[in-house]
Amino acid sequence: MSRRACIAALSALAVLIGCTLPAPAPPTALGTGTGATAGAASASSPDLRRSGFEFMGAQTQAMQRDDSANPAMLDVQDGELLWNTAPGPQSKACVACHAAAQSSMKGVAARYPAWDGPLARPVNLGTRINLCRQRHQQLPPLTADHQQLLNLEAYVGLQSRGMPVSPDPDPRLVPFRERGAQRFVQRLGQLDLSCAQCHDQLAGLKLAGSVIPQGHPTGYPIYRFEWQALGSLQRRLRGCMTGVRAEPFAPGSVEFVELELHLATRAMGMALETPGVRP
Amino acid sequence: MKLSMKLPLERRANSLESSPTSSRENHPASPAPGRRDVLALGVGLAGAAFVRPAAAQADELTAAVAAHAGGAAVRPGRVKLEVAKLVDNGNVVPVSVSVDSPMTAADHVTSIAIFNEKNPQRDIAKFAFGPRSGKASVSTRIRLATSQKLVAVARLSDGSYWSDTADVIVVLAACIDGEA
Amino acid sequence: MARTLLTIPKTAQRGEVIEIRTLIAHKMDPGYLPDSQGQRIPRDIIQRFACRYNGEQVFSAELFPAVSANPYLVFYLVAAESGTLEFEWQGDNGFTQTERVPITVT
Repeated sequence: MSRRACIAALSALAVLIGCTLPAPAPPTALGTGTGATAGAASASSPDLRRSGFEFMGAQTQAMQRDDSANPAMLDVQDGELLWNTAPGPQSKACVACHAAAQSSMKGVAARYPAWDGPLARPVNLGTRINLCRQRHQQLPPLTADHQQLLNLEAYVGLQSRGMPVSPDPDPRLVPFRERGAQRFVQRLGQLDLSCAQCHDQLAGLKLAGSVIPQGHPTGYPIYRFEWQALGSLQRRLRGCMTGVRAEPFAPGSVEFVELELHLATRAMGMALETPGVRP
Repeated sequence: MKLSMKLPLERRANSLESSPTSSRENHPASPAPGRRDVLALGVGLAGAAFVRPAAAQADELTAAVAAHAGGAAVRPGRVKLEVAKLVDNGNVVPVSVSVDSPMTAADHVTSIAIFNEKNPQRDIAKFAFGPRSGKASVSTRIRLATSQKLVAVARLSDGSYWSDTADVIVVLAACIDGEA
Repeated sequence: MARTLLTIPKTAQRGEVIEIRTLIAHKMDPGYLPDSQGQRIPRDIIQRFACRYNGEQVFSAELFPAVSANPYLVFYLVAAESGTLEFEWQGDNGFTQTERVPITVT
């Protein structure tokens, strides 16, 4: 939605929340606390997590289900071409090291964000692809949300479609994950709202005519109607942060990937839908 | 972000506004300013310059359909315009139009045209068919700037025109809102 | 060359009515949106689409800015004979693209 509409609606929502809800909010079925498997099903309580897919209209769902109608499949085709094409005379194509993506990339996207040894921090799939470019193809990294990077992310992500989100269990990720969980409940911006206030407490209700989803990153990169293009999780998070009138984190920053890591953990076990379609 | 939109000013001839120096014929008392304020506060169109009196737009829709039919009578019926009543996002609205027709050389649909009421312009798409189509049916995805009426007009090989209309509720607009 | 996604049955029975789906990557800038500086982005859309079956036009479309980005069209044809289906898109700024797909009719 437009920035003005978003701010107008969020202002109204901020007033409502400020008036009616205590802060910090008590844990809900989805869990607002720090730590790992918030919301996962246990023997006694059902899994209340729902993908954004379930909050969409039937026609949008049909569009995602049908590979001949999903606009993101155009980007996937481009990704496949990039995978198989050497980017320059001095560089090998992805396929030269990784062979067919259908086998080598199976389950990979579901594992991200993951630990990167040399950088000593988590990285998301887009950063990982860029690191491959630099370390193994002798090429400069692509800018954040570069079309080629998105195409490759979509193509690689497709190879994990249907698999459960299974973030890297490397213990060195724990402090980063915890910071991400704290960020999720941290109020920010001029509207002083946290992710949890909308996506844990108010999921299923409406913000200016749109249903508020739970915020699980199960379909990224997504073809979003609002963008009429494929976009990354960071692009979506930037939109949310702008929406609450906060300065978004820098693209590719540790702050973003910590939040992505928490979101992946929060969605652990849910099926990956890449490439998703969203309103 | 400031939106600097240029209105298609030449299409204001039907507007219910009249400037103080205008020497036009009397316009009926216009409810437009009050409604315009309400619309401006409404769903995502705050500040946008594209809010125009609804009567003018409805006239334009009628005129567009009439022009397309070359003055021939356009009768409701035979055509089925399918679109969701409430759409997720006005940028991508799936739409289907079909006409029950044998699609033979003697009796077939020659064209289907879709018009809208409140986008910046009335035309959406025009499709041409023939006996080799087999089925007079087409689907596509369109942009809708706000909640409005759609009209689908089919021309048959005997020269007759038929139509169907649908009302769509759009909360997130296309065409006139930039990205958040 | 814009990426396209064409869904056509590889084979069909003679006389069968078959469904054709076409998707092409194109921004379809309507000419009403501002860029980040507030300047209006000029219109840049696909305006015409045509499908030819062994050279004869069987379906065509005239598209306006109200058609969504990455235009998607679904239409039908009678499978009359084996041969080639040719899809052509034309638009602003000299945009033109043609794709040819074989079809087998038994």
